[in-house]
Amino acid sequence: MIEFILNERHIRTDAKSGMTLLDFIRYEKRLTGTKIGCREGDCAACTALVGTINANGVIAYQSITTCISPLGNAHGKHIVTIEGVNLKNELNVAQEAMKLNYATQCGFCTPGFVLSLTGFAFSGKQNTEENIIAAISGNICRCTGYKSIQRAAMDIATKLDALELDNKIPWLVEHNFIPSYFIEISERLQKINPKEKKDTGAFVVSGGTDMYVQRADSLVEENISLVCDLEYLKGIQLTDDKIVIGANTTVTEFASHEIIQNIFPNLKKHIALVSSEPIRNMASFGGNLVNASPIGDMTIFFLALNSSITLQSEKGTREILLKDFYKGYKTYDLQERELITAISFDALSGFKFNFEKVCKRMYLDIASVNSAISVTVDNDKITSAHVAMGGVAPIPKYLEQTSAFLRGKTICAELISLSVEKLQEEIAPISDVRGTEDYKRLLARQLFVAHFIELFPSKLNLKDCLAYES
Amino acid sequence: MKANTQKIKPAKQTKKSLQNIDSYTHLRGESIYVDDVNVRQGTLHAVVFDSNCAHGKIKSVDYSKALALDGVVRILTATDVTGENQIGGIIPDEPLFAEDEVHFWGQPIALIVAESISIAKKARKLIVAEFEELPVITTAKQAKEKGSFINAPRSFNLGDVATAFEKCEHVFEGETFSNGQEHLYIEAQGAYVEPLENGNFRIVSSTQGPTQVQRIAARVLGIPMHKIEVDVTRLGGGFGGKEDQATPWAVMAALAAQILNQSVKLILDRHDDLRMTGKRHPYETTYKIGLSKDLKIQAFEIELLQNSGAAADLSPAIAERTLFHATNSYYVPNVKSTVYSCKTNLPPNTAFRGFGGPQGMFVIESAIARAASELGVLNTTIQEANLLKENDEFSYGQIAQKVEIQNSWNTAKDKFELEKAQKEVAVFNENSTTVKKGIAVMPITFGISFTNTQMNHARALVHIYQDGSIGVSTAAVEMGQGVNTKLLQIAVDSFSVENHRVKIESTNTTRVANTSPSAASATADLNGKALLMACDSLLFRLKNIVADEYEVDIKSVSLRDEFVYIDNKKSTITWEDLIFKAMALRVALTENAHYATPVIHFDKTKEKGHPFAYHVYGTAIVTTTVDCLRGTYEFDSVKIIHDFGKSMNLGIDLGQVEGGLIQGIGWMTMEEISYAPNGRLLSNALSTYKVPDVYSVPKEVEVHPLETPGNDMAVLKSKAVGEPPLMYGIGAYFAIQNAIKAFNPKYKMKFHAPMTPEKVLMGLYQK
Repeated sequence: MIEFILNERHIRTDAKSGMTLLDFIRYEKRLTGTKIGCREGDCAACTALVGTINANGVIAYQSITTCISPLGNAHGKHIVTIEGVNLKNELNVAQEAMKLNYATQCGFCTPGFVLSLTGFAFSGKQNTEENIIAAISGNICRCTGYKSIQRAAMDIATKLDALELDNKIPWLVEHNFIPSYFIEISERLQKINPKEKKDTGAFVVSGGTDMYVQRADSLVEENISLVCDLEYLKGIQLTDDKIVIGANTTVTEFASHEIIQNIFPNLKKHIALVSSEPIRNMASFGGNLVNASPIGDMTIFFLALNSSITLQSEKGTREILLKDFYKGYKTYDLQERELITAISFDALSGFKFNFEKVCKRMYLDIASVNSAISVTVDNDKITSAHVAMGGVAPIPKYLEQTSAFLRGKTICAELISLSVEKLQEEIAPISDVRGTEDYKRLLARQLFVAHFIELFPSKLNLKDCLAYES
Repeated sequence: MKANTQKIKPAKQTKKSLQNIDSYTHLRGESIYVDDVNVRQGTLHAVVFDSNCAHGKIKSVDYSKALALDGVVRILTATDVTGENQIGGIIPDEPLFAEDEVHFWGQPIALIVAESISIAKKARKLIVAEFEELPVITTAKQAKEKGSFINAPRSFNLGDVATAFEKCEHVFEGETFSNGQEHLYIEAQGAYVEPLENGNFRIVSSTQGPTQVQRIAARVLGIPMHKIEVDVTRLGGGFGGKEDQATPWAVMAALAAQILNQSVKLILDRHDDLRMTGKRHPYETTYKIGLSKDLKIQAFEIELLQNSGAAADLSPAIAERTLFHATNSYYVPNVKSTVYSCKTNLPPNTAFRGFGGPQGMFVIESAIARAASELGVLNTTIQEANLLKENDEFSYGQIAQKVEIQNSWNTAKDKFELEKAQKEVAVFNENSTTVKKGIAVMPITFGISFTNTQMNHARALVHIYQDGSIGVSTAAVEMGQGVNTKLLQIAVDSFSVENHRVKIESTNTTRVANTSPSAASATADLNGKALLMACDSLLFRLKNIVADEYEVDIKSVSLRDEFVYIDNKKSTITWEDLIFKAMALRVALTENAHYATPVIHFDKTKEKGHPFAYHVYGTAIVTTTVDCLRGTYEFDSVKIIHDFGKSMNLGIDLGQVEGGLIQGIGWMTMEEISYAPNGRLLSNALSTYKVPDVYSVPKEVEVHPLETPGNDMAVLKSKAVGEPPLMYGIGAYFAIQNAIKAFNPKYKMKFHAPMTPEKVLMGLYQK
C-alpha cells in the first residue's frame, strides 16, 4: 500500500511501486496538466513538487520530474501537480507573472515552468536572478526563447522580497502563491505511517533517475526495492578528517551541505554543470556510481578525490577504492545482493579542487569529456595529485599514470605540457555522438590545462602551457 | 531578501497589447491537447511497429508471438488498408505501411492495437522482421552520384552569370553544409479517433493541416471526405513538423477505428517520434560568387543538394523556397541557382519554420563571409554594399517594392552603434588571449505567401448568437503562435464589443472546409482577412437595421464599445439590443467569408512571377564570447530591428521574434542531427539531441520595431511574423566564426553548420 497526499487529496493505492509517478498522476488520477514530453527527465514538462517532512517536522518542497520517479517514492509525501497550485478563480502570482510577460505560447511546457517557479518560492533561497533562473534550468520550452519566461521569473522574484522565512507557507498562501489547503498538509502528512514493510523487488532503486531512463518498461510493472528513504543510507558526516556520504544522499543535499561547501569553494559552479535542478533533487550518489557511465559527472568528481566506497551485504561489509570498483564497460566489482552504502574521502589535506565539463549544451547535457582534479601543493611543489576523466575510456577513468607523474614536481608550464603527453597515452577515447576521437583528445588536453589555469592563475596561462607542445 | 541583479529588463512596450487568450488555461494546466481528451470507454491504444533497416526488401515479419499476447486486439499492415495505402501529398510516393520494401529506418510497417499502451509496446518487442538489406544512402551527395532524386531539378535564372563572372574582379568558390533540425515540439505527434454512426469518423489530431488529415484519411479508408470530421483545438508546438507529418498517425488510428469499430488513440512516444518523423532538410551546396572592384556582388551561382529523405513529402516546395531566398537581402543582377531534391534513406524530411529559406540564406552569407575574409574586409562591408533597393528584381522576377531592408540595416547600425561595437570587439580581442569576441550582422528578407499560389486562401465562419455572444471558426490552427488571440482582436474590434463576447472555436473541417495548413507565416493574414470580410458583412446588415429603423444613412451608423452610435452620438441601443432586433427582423446572423490573396502569381514553366504578397525585413546584430580554452561560447547580445509592419499585438509578435531567433541559434549551434552510415538515427533522444535551454540563450535580446507605413497586403497592416525571425539565428554562426578567426590566424574557414563546441575547438586549434 502506497499512501500519500496528491494535491489536496489523500491517496491510498495498491498500484505497483515501480509505476512512474507521471502515469499514476495522468492516467490513474486524470490530472492532465502534468504533460509528457520525453520520459527521460530532459524536458521537465512533467514537473511536480514533492513535499517532505524533515527531521524537525518542517515540510520542504522540491521539484522533480515525475516521468523518471517511481510511484513508491511518493509514500508519505505531498505530491503537488499544477492543479494543486491553482487558486479557485484566479491565477496565482507565478501564473499571473507568466501571463503578463507573454511567457506562454503553445502552453505545453507551461505547467512545468509554473511548478518550478512555485518550487523556488517554497525554497526560501535568496531571490536573485541567478537562483530563480536555476529553478527553471531543467525546463525546456521550444516556443518562447525563454526571455519572456526570464522576465516573468524576475517579476516573481521581486514579489518574494518580503517572504517570511520562518513562516513560509502561511505567507505564500496569504500572498496568492498557493491555495490555502497547504497549511494543513504538514499535519496531515504526519499521520501517514512510514512504509510497513520493506520492498523486496529484484531491482534496487533510489531516485530512479538513471534506471527509468534505461529500463522504464520493465520497472513499471514491478514491485521494486526502493531504498530512497532508508535513513541509514543518508546523511553527510565529518569523522576523523574523513567525509562520509550515505549512498542515498542526493546531489542537492550534497551541494547544499555546509561542510561540503567549505571544502569546495566553487561547488555551486561545478554542480550547476551536473544535470538539472529536479534531477539533482532525486539522483543519489549510489545510483550514479553503479550506473558506471564512463562519463558520470559525480563519479569523475569522486574519483579525483581518491574516494573509497563501502559495500554491504548479508555477508558483511568491505571498503574499496572507487577507482578499483570499475572493471570494464558497465561492469564493476559488486557482488550478488551487495549494496553501496557510503562513499568517503579524505577532507584533511587542504587540497585544491577543480571540475571541468564540456558538452554540446553547457547545462543539462552529457559531457563530451569531463574531468576533475584534486591537488595538494607545498611551495609550488605538488605533494599529491589525483586526476580523473570521463568520456575517454570504457570506464570513468582515474588517470593513474598522469596523477603519479605530477607528484613531486614543481608547477610550471613545461610540466603541464609533459603531463599532457602522459595523459594522451593513458586515454583511449572513441568517436561517437558526443564527439570524434580527435576532438576528445584535444578536449582532454584543454580541460587538463584548464584545471591548472583555474587553480594556479598567477603561475600559468594558456599560451605558455601550449608553447611546449611538440 | 533583495533581488540583487535586475539585468532582465521588462519589455514595457508590450504591456498594452492583449495577452494570449489561452494564457489562463495554459497556466493552470487546463488546456486540452490531444492526449488530454476524455476518451470513450473501451478505447484501444496503438503503437507503431517500424523498420530497423534503412533500405531493404522485407523477407518476413513474424507477428505470431505478438498476436498471442493477452490484450493485443489486432495488428494492421498494408494488406489491411481498405482504400489506398498511400499518404503522399505532393507526389504519391509514400505508403502508409511499408509493403515489399522499406526505405528508411523508422518506416512504419504495422500498427499494433491493444487494450493498453504497455501491452502494445510489449507486443512490439515480440515482432521479428527479416530484411534483405540494400545499399543505404544517407547524404544528398551520395544520392546525386547515384542519380537518386525525388523529382526533376529546379533552376532560377537572372541575367547571365557566365558573362558576369568573366567581368568580375573577385571570384570565389566553395562548399557549404547545413544540417537538419528536429522540430522538438514538446507535445509529440498523436491522434484520437472515434467511429460515429453510418461509417463516419471524428478525428482529433495534433495537426497543422486538418484538411490534409481529412483528405488522406479518406483516401486510405476508401470513403468520401464528408464522412470524416477533423477537429483541432490546439497543438503543443508544430514548427512545420505537423504540417504534413501529423497525417500518418491520424490516418493509422482512423484505419484501426474503421476496421475494429472502436475508438483508437495513437500518441507517439518521444523516441518513436524522433526516429519515425522527418526533420529540417540538410543541404550540401557549392557556390561561386563574383564581386566587382567596389564589392558589388555581380554574379552568384549555386548548386544546392537537398537531402529530401525517402519520399517527397513537402520537399519539392521546400526546395523551391530555398531558391526564392538564395540571395537573401541582396540585389544580385546575375543569378543561377539550381536545387536537386535528393532521395535518400532517411525519414522524409519536411517543413520546418523557414521552409528551406534559412538553408538558402546560409549559403549566400557563407559566400560573403568567405569573400570578406579573402579580401580582408569585414563581412558587413560586403553585406551593406549589396542590400536590396526599391524596384530591384529578384531572381524569380518579382520586383522588390516597399523595401525596408536598408531602413532596418541603417536603423540597427545607428541605434545599436554597430561601428563602435565592432571597434570594441577588435580592441577586446587585442587585449584578451583566452577569450575572444565575435560580432556579426544578419539581414533578412523573407517572402510572405504560400509559394504555391493556389494555397493562398482561407475562410471564416462567424455566428452571432441571439444573446450577443459570437463564435468564430476559421482554418487557423493555434499552435502557440497566438493566431487565436489575433483573430479575437479582429472580431472584437470589428464589432466593438468586449473580449468575453468572442469565442474562437476549434479548427474543424465541418465548419471550415478545404483549408490550407497553418503554415508559411500566412495564417493570421489569410484567416484574419477572411474574418474581417465576414465581420464587415455582418456589420453591414446590423447597421442597416438601425438605418432603416431611424431612417438615417447607413454611413452615419457605427458601433462603439457595445453601443450603437448615430452621427457620432451614442444611442441607447446596446449590442445586445441590436442583436435582439436582428433576430426579430429575421436578419441572418451568420456569415461565411472567403479570402484569396490578390496579385500573386507564379509560372513554374518560366520560373518567373510575383509569388509573394510582400516581404518581411529586419536586421540583427549578434555578439558572442568564445572561451578559447574550452571551445565553448555564449551570446552576449542579439539586437534586432524588425519590420512588424503595424503590429496588431506587439506582445505576441515579440514572442515570435524571440522564439524564432532562439530556434535559429539552436539550428546554427548546438542542434546536431546525426545518422549512422546504416541510416540509424544516433541523436535519438533528448539526451543526445540538445535544444537551447534557459542558459544557452543570449544574455540580452533587444528587439525594436522598425518604423514603416505597413503594408495593406498584411492583415491590419500587421505583417506575418512566424518564420522570418528564425533566420536572425544565422548570425550566430558567423559571430562565432569571427571570434575563432581572432584567436587562430591559421583557421581555415569552413561553412558547416551547426557550429558545435567540437567544431569551435577544432577550429581554434587548427594548424
